[in-house]
Amino acid sequence: MREFDYRRADDVPGAVALLGADPDARYLGGGTNLVDLMKTGVERPARLVDVRGLPLDRIEPADDGGLRIGATVTNSDLAAHPEVRRRYPALAQAVLAGASGQLRNMATVGGNLLQRTRCGYFADVTQPCNKRAPGSGCPAVAGEHRNHAVLGASDHCVAVHPSDMGVALTAFDAVVSYETADGPGRLPLDGFYLPVGDTPHLETALPPGALVTGVTLPPAPAAARSRYRKVRERASYAFAIGSVAAALDVRDGVVREARLAFGAVASRPWRARAAERVLTGAPATAEYFAAAADAELAAARPLPDNGYKVTLMRNLVVAVLSGLAEEAAR
Amino acid sequence: MAPSTSSTVTLDINGEKHTLSVDHRTTLLDALRERLDLTGTKKGCDQGQCGACTVLVDGRRTVSCLQLAVAAEGREITTVEGVAEGGRLHPVQQAFLDLDGFQCGYCTPGQICSAVAVIEEHAAGWPSAVTDDVRPEAGPPPLTPEEIRERMSGNLCRCGAYAPIAEAVARAAAQARAGAGEAVA
Repeated sequence: MREFDYRRADDVPGAVALLGADPDARYLGGGTNLVDLMKTGVERPARLVDVRGLPLDRIEPADDGGLRIGATVTNSDLAAHPEVRRRYPALAQAVLAGASGQLRNMATVGGNLLQRTRCGYFADVTQPCNKRAPGSGCPAVAGEHRNHAVLGASDHCVAVHPSDMGVALTAFDAVVSYETADGPGRLPLDGFYLPVGDTPHLETALPPGALVTGVTLPPAPAAARSRYRKVRERASYAFAIGSVAAALDVRDGVVREARLAFGAVASRPWRARAAERVLTGAPATAEYFAAAADAELAAARPLPDNGYKVTLMRNLVVAVLSGLAEEAAR
Repeated sequence: MAPSTSSTVTLDINGEKHTLSVDHRTTLLDALRERLDLTGTKKGCDQGQCGACTVLVDGRRTVSCLQLAVAAEGREITTVEGVAEGGRLHPVQQAFLDLDGFQCGYCTPGQICSAVAVIEEHAAGWPSAVTDDVRPEAGPPPLTPEEIRERMSGNLCRCGAYAPIAEAVARAAAQARAGAGEAVA
């Protein structure tokens, strides 16, 4: 590991000033991803600015009736919060589906959104990787890509975003707040992650040096009936090979509102808007749920070894929406 | 301030203050084992994937391999050496002994620290990934074997002693509930 300077920030402007515009500096939250990447040499910061002690650890009502979640709230506190569990249950479920109890106690909301892909080529500094070393190539396209993207990828990178939390936040129209030396800013999570294109090393629309300060969830009555379901290769403590966050408002057998987002299929949490369009106003039946999944997955471009994900996601969408519709009918 | 790659820190471990100079790259795990001779905490994967290095920081279980020592200053750290209460084993430790909750024993300190926290998290009403209804109105889920296994999934045991480990956690949790009940009565 490269040697580094370490500073603790006391307040948000202080943190932004300590980082400056230094491309060799990083904010340190829970460290569950960054410290690991520093050990493997993927990240080689010269300075860490510890933001864990900033007063951003609250979950509070927002002015519009939504919820404002501070960036240093831990995954554990987010998943345990009564208002999150009551009003956005799929968000609590998504967080609880990720990592382990130990890691959820350390990891923060801001860090979760900015965590890096677990693609094996990205993690191995002896391998080419366009995300880690722009222009060096992507061995995954012709190599090990069983768990790589089927939506929104390019020839330059087929890595997936590993977050569970982000999938539920995307379904619920979360907005990211950040601070820079020039003042604060906001980005809807749906536009927070950049398209892969030929620049997979550019992951977010955050300005250089920006500190994520929080995430705001707008009020979403439909979210009260929501579900996160994650498929993985062992029962617990593993990244998804596919996941779905869904909310369904059904009246008299007809879908009034649907929220749908996919995880582990793209470089970002994937909002399934084409599927939502099919669902809105449609009968709440498995036939229409499958049609909605097909509408979204029509854009899928699987690689030789990950075509199973298209089938998996279709089945997952039908199962999760059918479960929510059954609940609504009770 | 000029950049510096090391700092003098005071770590609060098992109620004792330890002042030492650390290279910033030092993890809490390495500081405990290599600098402070607290070798109860074990190094397994060193990547946050096995749970052998689990300790409590401000009462919450964490993996000490991904915790920088310099960032742990000012926080209360409890290792497996500190969970016993005044010469009397912690109920989790006693249950692991009574039920043979280990074979080789390497993962055991991490399992014990994790289990101590699992019992507290459950008592605080935290749901888990196998909790069917996470809404607070549903009330806390019963600590079934399935719940225990999910909550302990961050601690791997290469010997595969999971069955007695899960039993030990269940027994210690039941004792903690009985104790809390007595205190109320």
